[in-house]
Amino acid sequence: MTLAKSPWIIHVNVNSCNGCDIEVVACLTPLYDAERFGVLNIGTPKQADIMVVTGSVNYKNVNVLKNLYNQVPDPKVVLAVGACASTGGIFHDCYNVIGGVDQVIPVDAYVPGCCPRPEAILDGVVAALSILENKKKGNVKGKEVKMKGNEVPSNA
Amino acid sequence: MNSFDILKIVLVLIGAPILGCLIAGIDRKLTARLQGRVGPPLLQPYYDVVKLFKKDNMIVHPAQNFYVVIYVVFVILSLLMLVFGMDMLMIIFVYTISSVALIVGGMSTGSPYARVGSSREIMAILSYEPILILYALAIYLLTGTFKLSALSTLSSPLLAYIPLIFISMLFVMNIKFKKSPFDYSTSHHAHQELVKGMLTEYSGPGLGGIEIGHFYEYVFLLGLMFMFWSSNIIIGLLLAVIAFLFVIIMDNITARVYWQWMLKVSWSILLIISIANILIVYYFYFKPA
Repeated sequence: MTLAKSPWIIHVNVNSCNGCDIEVVACLTPLYDAERFGVLNIGTPKQADIMVVTGSVNYKNVNVLKNLYNQVPDPKVVLAVGACASTGGIFHDCYNVIGGVDQVIPVDAYVPGCCPRPEAILDGVVAALSILENKKKGNVKGKEVKMKGNEVPSNA
Repeated sequence: MNSFDILKIVLVLIGAPILGCLIAGIDRKLTARLQGRVGPPLLQPYYDVVKLFKKDNMIVHPAQNFYVVIYVVFVILSLLMLVFGMDMLMIIFVYTISSVALIVGGMSTGSPYARVGSSREIMAILSYEPILILYALAIYLLTGTFKLSALSTLSSPLLAYIPLIFISMLFVMNIKFKKSPFDYSTSHHAHQELVKGMLTEYSGPGLGGIEIGHFYEYVFLLGLMFMFWSSNIIIGLLLAVIAFLFVIIMDNITARVYWQWMLKVSWSILLIISIANILIVYYFYFKPA
């Protein structure tokens, strides 16, 4: 049970418009107070349990995202926050956008909305907790996502 | 060493982390209440440590977690020496080794953030160490020995002789608890500038070990404040509680400053009032053998 009692979060912004980021930060304010669940917004991926990703992935930051994902120690859960992180959102057919976060790394839970309310994000985090426990129980390890040198396709 | 001493050692080894865990929990709860939040459960630091030991061990190089062991062992050693009323000067040296272990561990990982944090921690040691040495010197001038057990021979408590060093020690507590305004070597609140500072590359069991070391360290530091009135246990504990509340309130009402600012404060104001206190002790209470 202890994994679910102290989820530490790393917040990754891949090309987000800052709308979702404001809402993620709002979860930590006195009104919503995510810390009552033991949630800490931690700076380094090596100490995080839940990776909160906002924004649609593009060719500039895809390797950063993969690198951060590989650095989170198991058991880990990825939470895609917002329409862009879930599907690509309004930017899905932009020339430089790859799409949602699940195109690059495995995503465990989605929080839809543009932008999602802090209550929805907290619900997402709470949903991620049981996934975290199950991963520990089943000893599920995240696979290392390989990085490529040049992600930009030739026709872009 | 008789059986009573062994009982004392066991009590310290088991009781100190429990007490330190509660101290850390009260700290987080109080901070949350001061900010108008509900805050985490009181046992949150315990949950954190248990969780950290369940995580994968991700290290940069094998020696990294060995520095954590050095840190924890030397913190426990300095706490035991304090409990047994041993040489104050030796306690300071042993305690410094534990701080240096974390610095070397941070430096050895090669992460730029860990290096920045470690070099800032060196500055912190540079600014509080003279005050600790003066604290030990005051004990020597008053009792003729560095041994803490000799404090019971004094006619009045230590606080009556060295009130100014007590004030300086309050700020030393603030530096050593790594609380704002001096929380620049490693902090939960400074991700934008230094990620996690000195502890950036630690994860899982390594970080859990450091947290346990912190629990011992909290008890050790508050024990240093207790020594100011060690003749009466209740007043001594009261002094420790006052120091702890001072640290938390300072943490909540101040912002992080430059390390230069801290060096200026400690080497000008704090060091000068401490030296003034030493001079007073030297001229009025010191009896050369």
